[in-house]
Amino acid sequence: MTTVSQAATDPHSWLRGQSRWSYFEIAFWVIALLPFYFFPTYLTLASQIAITALFAISVDLVLGYAGIITLGHAMFFGLGAYAAGLITKAGWGEPLTGLVFAGAFAALIGFLTSFIIVRVRHLALIMITLGLGFLTLELANAMSWLTGGADGLRGVDVWPIFGWFEFDLWGYTAYSYSLIVLFLGVVAARRIVHSAFGLSLRGVRENLTRMPAIGSPYRFHLQKIYTISAALAGVAGALLTQTTETVSLETLSFQRSADIVVMLILGGTGRLYGGIIGAIIFMVARDQLSGMNPQYWYFWIGLLLMAVILVMPNGILGGLSRLAGRRS
Amino acid sequence: MVKKIVVALAMGFGLAGGANAQETVKIGVIVPYSGPFADAGNQLDAGIELYIQQHGDEVAGKKIEIIRKDTGGPSPDVAKRLAQELVVRDGVDILAGFALTPEALGAADVATQAEKLMVVMNAATSVVTEMSPYIVRTSVTIPQVNYPFGKWAYESGVTQAYTLVADYGPGHDAEQSFARGFTEAGGEIIGADNTPVANPDFSAYVQRVRGADPEAVYIFIPGGAQPAAIGKALAERGLTPPDTKIFGQGELTHPEALESMGENALGIITTFHYTLERDDPLNNEFVEAYREANDGRSPDLFSIGGYDGMHLIYEALKETEGDTSGDALVEAAKGMSWDSPRGPMSIDPETRDVVQTVYIREVQEVDGVLQNVIIDEIPNVKDPLHGADE
Amino acid sequence: MVGNLVIVIFDGLAFGMLLFVLSVGLSVTLGLMNFVNLAHGAFAMLGGYLAIVAMRQLGLPFLAALPVAFLGAALISVLFERALFRRLYRADALNQVLFTIGLVFVAAASAAYLFGTGQQPIQLPGYLQGVVEIGGMRFGVYRMFLIVVALAITVLLVLGLDYTRFGAQVRASVDNQRAAQGLGLNVDTIFAVTFAVGSGLAGLGGALAIEMVGLDPSFGFHYLVYVLIVVSVGGLGSIAGSFVAAVVLGVCDVAGKYFVPEIGSFLIYLLLVGILFVRPQGLFGKR
Repeated sequence: MTTVSQAATDPHSWLRGQSRWSYFEIAFWVIALLPFYFFPTYLTLASQIAITALFAISVDLVLGYAGIITLGHAMFFGLGAYAAGLITKAGWGEPLTGLVFAGAFAALIGFLTSFIIVRVRHLALIMITLGLGFLTLELANAMSWLTGGADGLRGVDVWPIFGWFEFDLWGYTAYSYSLIVLFLGVVAARRIVHSAFGLSLRGVRENLTRMPAIGSPYRFHLQKIYTISAALAGVAGALLTQTTETVSLETLSFQRSADIVVMLILGGTGRLYGGIIGAIIFMVARDQLSGMNPQYWYFWIGLLLMAVILVMPNGILGGLSRLAGRRS
Repeated sequence: MVKKIVVALAMGFGLAGGANAQETVKIGVIVPYSGPFADAGNQLDAGIELYIQQHGDEVAGKKIEIIRKDTGGPSPDVAKRLAQELVVRDGVDILAGFALTPEALGAADVATQAEKLMVVMNAATSVVTEMSPYIVRTSVTIPQVNYPFGKWAYESGVTQAYTLVADYGPGHDAEQSFARGFTEAGGEIIGADNTPVANPDFSAYVQRVRGADPEAVYIFIPGGAQPAAIGKALAERGLTPPDTKIFGQGELTHPEALESMGENALGIITTFHYTLERDDPLNNEFVEAYREANDGRSPDLFSIGGYDGMHLIYEALKETEGDTSGDALVEAAKGMSWDSPRGPMSIDPETRDVVQTVYIREVQEVDGVLQNVIIDEIPNVKDPLHGADE
Repeated sequence: MVGNLVIVIFDGLAFGMLLFVLSVGLSVTLGLMNFVNLAHGAFAMLGGYLAIVAMRQLGLPFLAALPVAFLGAALISVLFERALFRRLYRADALNQVLFTIGLVFVAAASAAYLFGTGQQPIQLPGYLQGVVEIGGMRFGVYRMFLIVVALAITVLLVLGLDYTRFGAQVRASVDNQRAAQGLGLNVDTIFAVTFAVGSGLAGLGGALAIEMVGLDPSFGFHYLVYVLIVVSVGGLGSIAGSFVAAVVLGVCDVAGKYFVPEIGSFLIYLLLVGILFVRPQGLFGKR
């Protein structure tokens, strides 16, 4: 009751209230540390889950918060991955600057394509993101002198983090590194969605025509979030390059674009943690099922997806929060 | 430094794990069992399975245990992670499989760091074996079959040719090695086109070839549905032997493609390291057993790569008397030679790459069935790129 | 040169017709029922495998296998519609996406389990093979057959929707579902029949596609992209739109590859982005 009246009087304090860290979130990050102690042989998987989760958050920013449904976001993931790989081939293997470089490069391309993106909606928007994704993939394939083409980029050499922490076989460094970057990504994304800018994005999502009427420059807002999202996706791609020292065309593929949307919907859109939960469930299920049944595991994944939709139409987080009786 | 310590830790774990399971040799198989390359993975796996079925699962007093991992596509990052997990979690002694080049390249570092034998059973880009001193290949390389084929094509009387290859790494490799062999012998390439990797309809490209009216057209495309599609497009445009010779790598005339192309396939000449129809007791027995175990499906290049890969592992283990250290196994594999269903083959002690006979085959009708009939053999071919500058 | 151009257009037309048969059903269900059915490609794959079974196991000739593919896919799709999809008509589009993608996974795994991961070759009857030579130009018989079949389907669909009682009921239900229900129309049944016809056509397309592009368990996923491109470029719910889009894409793709092969693999996506940027509602779309 009090929050409602506060919201009516002071929007800033309402936003502050929204952005407070909940116990659930704190618990989540504590749990994220458990693999170090309890599942040390799963750290490489955990690292790739953290990377995928960061990618899912970047998609959630545009899809869940701004209503831009995309089937081509792997384009930014892959561009970041290639940027991070190519900079090491050029002789600079320092990972942190590599991340920044890759994020900036993906952001630049994201900004350029955002001029197209904000001019279309609905099915045309989805299909244009898909088309741009495929064009990028074909371009990378055609430029095999630079990208290595279908064989992948060879000779990626990443220096130890801070000159000390080498990427080891067990994945201690990889998971620590990915988890910290994911955490920073979540902190940044929280700030964005709980700001006035974030609120105006939700306005765009809910009712596009009304936004200009209240003086909100919606196209500029959409371009801004699209660019930020591209940067985050690029950082995720760069993380994959740096932790695995491989880059391939697969990072740009439609499969990756589609999978990430599937994981996001599975976890629940517009909740930030939905993408993380979706990535965890999808990838752990995939790992376990394909371990048991390498040939037909995706049968069970398919059943899982169908069952989740029938039981929890708003994704797993949506279903849980309804069960818990909490308002999202 | 830290890397060394962790590797030491990993090795320690492996030994500790080995103590209670001393009698087993664990082999981690990494291939795409699902996704667009699922067929490659499954055929390769069937080759492995057949070898174990025929030769028992015990070697040098140890039991062979296979752990299968699915990459789901050409995903080097997943392949690398799976290799890491196989080493640190499952404690495997040998890494194997690797149907696709990027996946082999991704996992190569793991083999080096963990000092495990890595048997590449398909990935066919030359450079793969150079990525780690622990890699041994039992399949083929694209230049290995196409470079001598280019020479052979010129010697068979063709002086100019058009090349039509899929626009990706293996396609470019094939085009370059065929063209090199062909032009070095004196031939001329009068035109070259690239087709998209996932190309459903070839009519436009075939029409271009027709416009150039070459004596021969050389084709490289991925297996699957494309060989039949391009075969039919060629026939529709009237580009058929003997007026226009059609050259290609063996995938072009795999059994399903032949069935689908029908008479249009007659006269196509291909180069390959494995020929299903080669009349040889060892091969006949292999093919029969394979079909029996796989609902009548015939073995292909993936199957033979997996089969011979297992042979190499078994023989290497016998020679080391069960010692599974990477160095010992690689040493045992170097220079190994044997008679495979594909014919005589060996492992080059210098490059750890496969040395084998290249077969030139022509599609002919034998007893009412279309077959790849061997019309020439080039023995003891090495990959021409190793040692040469790229 | 003129001869080459004619041949290129003919080949492109035939490929476009294949895309049309594969996609028209989705255009109808998406446009008329607002149901995002990404499993459409899976029904096409189902049709393909049904045709294979009909020819191999039952020994039916190719032409008899085509109706089997159509009816089989229609029948099975309507079972899914009644049992599952119906619950999702009012759901969020994202839920429909996830559910039907799940179905694609299940379908692909089932196909791999039942038929193996390899290609499924078929042998056409002699009268559909070979070429007809007219004025020195060689026209593939099967491509001609495809064009004829697709034209027949287009005519039947347009006539059926515009001139039959059922067509009028479909249009009425779409325009205003509640009013139609109030007038005593059984909207449920109308949707189910529409869905069955749409999926049946996909199944027919899958069977027709085997000869041109092959069939394996990844078909449903792989051709989904092409189908979506045709539907979005054509405009939702428009049969004529899908037809024109399929022709434009097919002809431009083949002609582009012939004249500028360097950009062959980019063409279809460049067309997609270009057309939708200028006409976001698609060539014939109303919204």
